[in-house]
Amino acid sequence: MLGFDISRLPQTEDEIDFSDIESKYQVPYEEGFDTIIVVDNVPIVDESKQEKLLKFIRKIFKNAGDIKENGINMPMDTDPDTGKSTSKGYLFIEFETPEQASLAIKNYDNYSMDKTHCLAVNRFTDVEKYSQIEEEYKEPEEEKFVEKEHLRSWLTDSQARDQFVLYRGDDVSILWNKKAEPPEEEHKRVNWTETYVQWSPLGTYLATFHRQGIALWGGPSWNKIIRFVHPGVKLIDFSPNERFLVTWSNESISLGPNGGIGTPFGPEDEGHQIIIWDVLTGNLLRSFPSSTSTDGAPNKITWPMFKWSPSDKYFARVTPKQQISVYETPSMGLVGKKSYKVEGVEDFEWAPAFDKEREKQNAGDKKNREEMLSYWTPEIGNQPARVTLLNIPSKEIVRTRNLVNVKDCKMHWQSNGDFLCVKIDRHTKTKKSTFANLEIFRVREKDIPVEVIEVKDTVIAFAWEPKGERFAIITTNDPNYGQSTQGVRTNVSFYYLEKPKPGKGGDKVGTANFKLIKTLEKKTSNAIYWSPRGRHKEGSKNDPAASIQLMSTQEHYGVTDIEWDPTGRYVITSASFWRHSMENGYSLWDFKGALLQKQLLDKFKQLLWRPRPKSLLSSDAKKKIKKNIRDYSKAFEEEDALAQTSVSKELLAHRRRLVDEWNAWRKRVEKELAEEKERAGVQIIPRRDDDENVEIIEEWIEEVVEETEEIVED
Amino acid sequence: MRPILLQGHTRSLTQIKYNPEGDLLFSVSKDHVVNAWYSHNGERLGTYNGHVGAIWTVDVNSTSTLLLTGSADNTAKLWEVETGNCLHTWEFKTAVKRVAFSEDDCMALFVTEQRMGFPGTVTIYSIANDVNAKQSDEPIMIIMPEGSKAMVSDWGYLNKYIIIGHENGSISQFDWKTGEKVKSIQPHTDVITDLQMSEDRTYFITSSKDKSAQIFESNTLVPLKKYITDAPLNSASITPIQEFVILGGGQDAMQVTTTTMRQGKFECRFWHKIFEEEVGRVKGHFGPINTIAVHSDGKSFSSGGEDGYVRVHHFDEEYFKFKYPEL
Repeated sequence: MLGFDISRLPQTEDEIDFSDIESKYQVPYEEGFDTIIVVDNVPIVDESKQEKLLKFIRKIFKNAGDIKENGINMPMDTDPDTGKSTSKGYLFIEFETPEQASLAIKNYDNYSMDKTHCLAVNRFTDVEKYSQIEEEYKEPEEEKFVEKEHLRSWLTDSQARDQFVLYRGDDVSILWNKKAEPPEEEHKRVNWTETYVQWSPLGTYLATFHRQGIALWGGPSWNKIIRFVHPGVKLIDFSPNERFLVTWSNESISLGPNGGIGTPFGPEDEGHQIIIWDVLTGNLLRSFPSSTSTDGAPNKITWPMFKWSPSDKYFARVTPKQQISVYETPSMGLVGKKSYKVEGVEDFEWAPAFDKEREKQNAGDKKNREEMLSYWTPEIGNQPARVTLLNIPSKEIVRTRNLVNVKDCKMHWQSNGDFLCVKIDRHTKTKKSTFANLEIFRVREKDIPVEVIEVKDTVIAFAWEPKGERFAIITTNDPNYGQSTQGVRTNVSFYYLEKPKPGKGGDKVGTANFKLIKTLEKKTSNAIYWSPRGRHKEGSKNDPAASIQLMSTQEHYGVTDIEWDPTGRYVITSASFWRHSMENGYSLWDFKGALLQKQLLDKFKQLLWRPRPKSLLSSDAKKKIKKNIRDYSKAFEEEDALAQTSVSKELLAHRRRLVDEWNAWRKRVEKELAEEKERAGVQIIPRRDDDENVEIIEEWIEEVVEETEEIVED
Repeated sequence: MRPILLQGHTRSLTQIKYNPEGDLLFSVSKDHVVNAWYSHNGERLGTYNGHVGAIWTVDVNSTSTLLLTGSADNTAKLWEVETGNCLHTWEFKTAVKRVAFSEDDCMALFVTEQRMGFPGTVTIYSIANDVNAKQSDEPIMIIMPEGSKAMVSDWGYLNKYIIIGHENGSISQFDWKTGEKVKSIQPHTDVITDLQMSEDRTYFITSSKDKSAQIFESNTLVPLKKYITDAPLNSASITPIQEFVILGGGQDAMQVTTTTMRQGKFECRFWHKIFEEEVGRVKGHFGPINTIAVHSDGKSFSSGGEDGYVRVHHFDEEYFKFKYPEL
């Protein structure tokens, strides 16, 4: 696929306005002297060397295109005294086409011919233009300030409702959650996206996917905010604070015959598949090729390919078995100018920043805290497997732990970055099955102590309670796990951090340990979803299956996706058309597991809650609200009741109208029918009166109870 | 509501029909048998034997003297209801998929299958309403619908038009005297599986595999109501007394073995006719429902399923008391 071809835009792109990009990258139409370029800073030579120089120049510029016959013209200056002619240090080249001339300018302006000669290449027509530029500096006219829409306007909803996006058939709609009532539509567009939609992590933008690239939408009017040209884009990833966007396309960037003019790409981007964009300006910051393994073959795409540190300051990717490359923003350069080489490295994870840290930063803390990441390496030769915590940018190793007998490792950070749980799959002695160890690093404590929890069974899923000190795991000891697709018996277990009891003298006695709280046995779960605010948990059963809640169990047949709303009050289970075509639609539950509504939608594809940014309230303010929750909830409850009555009134009126319409129609039709019958001479039989016509059937049932025969003797 | 289970067929039901008084229920099935039942207690009145192929369709005249059946043995038969005697047999080139008496019983239409090189037709014969009379073998009109083949058909009021439901989901209105198409619409996107007239034939309901049922005005084919469900529908019926429609269907018979009963959606669904809202379901069949019929007094209804059973339901007291909330 070549660059970006206006003539081949699909129908569905009609809505998108390309004029901004077109004008930005427009190629001025060239005429007359457009095929001629002026090359300055050419070495000054005399006649003897003229031939050699021209040959050399020709060699350079023929890479840009076909030079016309006698297309190179180097003016010579003849010294009247000596009669010797020398060149003037510049020459003209005429190409076959203006495009070739443009390419030559693009590629060879600032070209170092040798140490002292750096070529300056310009369009012939530009020379005239530059010579006519006025000497005096004129201040450019200031662009009028256009106020942008409030991108977080949805948060100002008086009832603090949440939005979600629903993708069904070709329609994408933004809806307000109205609890038990059908959701209210905020905005709807047909063919808004070509493949799927995605929210940015703080909910500011809605990203839509198109053949040509990504578009971000938002604000109350849902206008397009910005667009990123990346042909064939398949996957995107926002940085945690929405400052940057990473896009991946399976097509390599190709500049096409016109050298990438009309696209944001330059020669350095050619062949690359990953692009990092600045969300605010829409500029391309840097592009990367897909990572390749040692033998040069492209690796399987793992997404997100670049993992962002929580502050958006660093992003990194791993080249398996070789290195971790950490880049800095906004310079996009490698931290410390080189990748961090770790032999055999498999995977890494950033430590999430925790809130206290962020608050400190906001308060203008002088010392810029380092960010931390963890990575692990498998056993290589005699060297044991190892999990390492590493500070960035200092690249100082904080903690390492050696492990043996490791089959696989998964690292799970708790959302505050307080704990890191490393789930280690180990072979049993027979090597036939695996069991798991959970190694929990207590990152906030001195020297980072590690606690080990042994689990006898295979751990399928692991999840921390958000911001909490509890976690849940799903385990199974079913030998069929991994082979049969259904009906694997699993257990769900919960653990919590037991706080050490303070001793008499106020000293800490004992250490905090993770203890098992509860196990739910014999469920067929396969994934855990904590509600965003913790406290409640939900598991998703094997597909097709039902959803389980800790508080109650609910069935939803053929569920494929589970989505908690950002406040943790509602959860939506949905069955997507992408997976199967039965009972597509979604169900909305409250956190107690009560069904609020169920919508069956044909060709239902996707539903995503709009995320909310972090609360701006300080923890004190939050505490205060929690304390006075009753007063607050009173007002909301009243509102809810009011809304309910108004809705039922509306519904009632609607029904009444329907009945009236129907009755009116019946009256008209019946009259027409009577008239027509009369005309046709058919006798109008009055409607049978049921009472008169009813035929009563009486059934006599005689049953012989007993029959005895007595012989009467006389 | 305790249904009466009629176990008189060994294969799946294809159509059931009440006589106009509603005391009799006729059922036909793929097992070549026509059964007549007393609708109030489910007792079998008798059978009509003679077909040698699956029977697709049945209709009874307004005086309950004559019974028409159409079969896959390429014949349609006229029976005397009382005695079970076969009065006449019409031979066709292909299977007979639908039969229907006209409103005045003087004619009947026969929808024949498009197969083996023969085009599908809607053939109209005149019917002599006398048990002893000889029936005519000369059709009044043969309509050959162009484009998509005819699946179901019925008469409008006063024999003005006949209405045909097609395989591609379109509905057309024909003038049977000239055999010309008057009107055509495309309201469904898949096969139309059933078409039932209202009592006075001023409107009718269609069911389709596209999971929806719709009500149209007979004269103008103006769509009036639409009921969108989550399962392919095989039958739809309009109830007297309460303003309901009953829809039945379920997953395709071919796919039934691959799914559970729960997923098959083999329930009779009650929808409010005017509000287009579902009000209830009646479970029972363990295969898709092929046909639904409502008693003319609106006090009971029956359903026939792929599972070979006919279930006769007499509504409970509460059904008649049901009123839409606050209306």
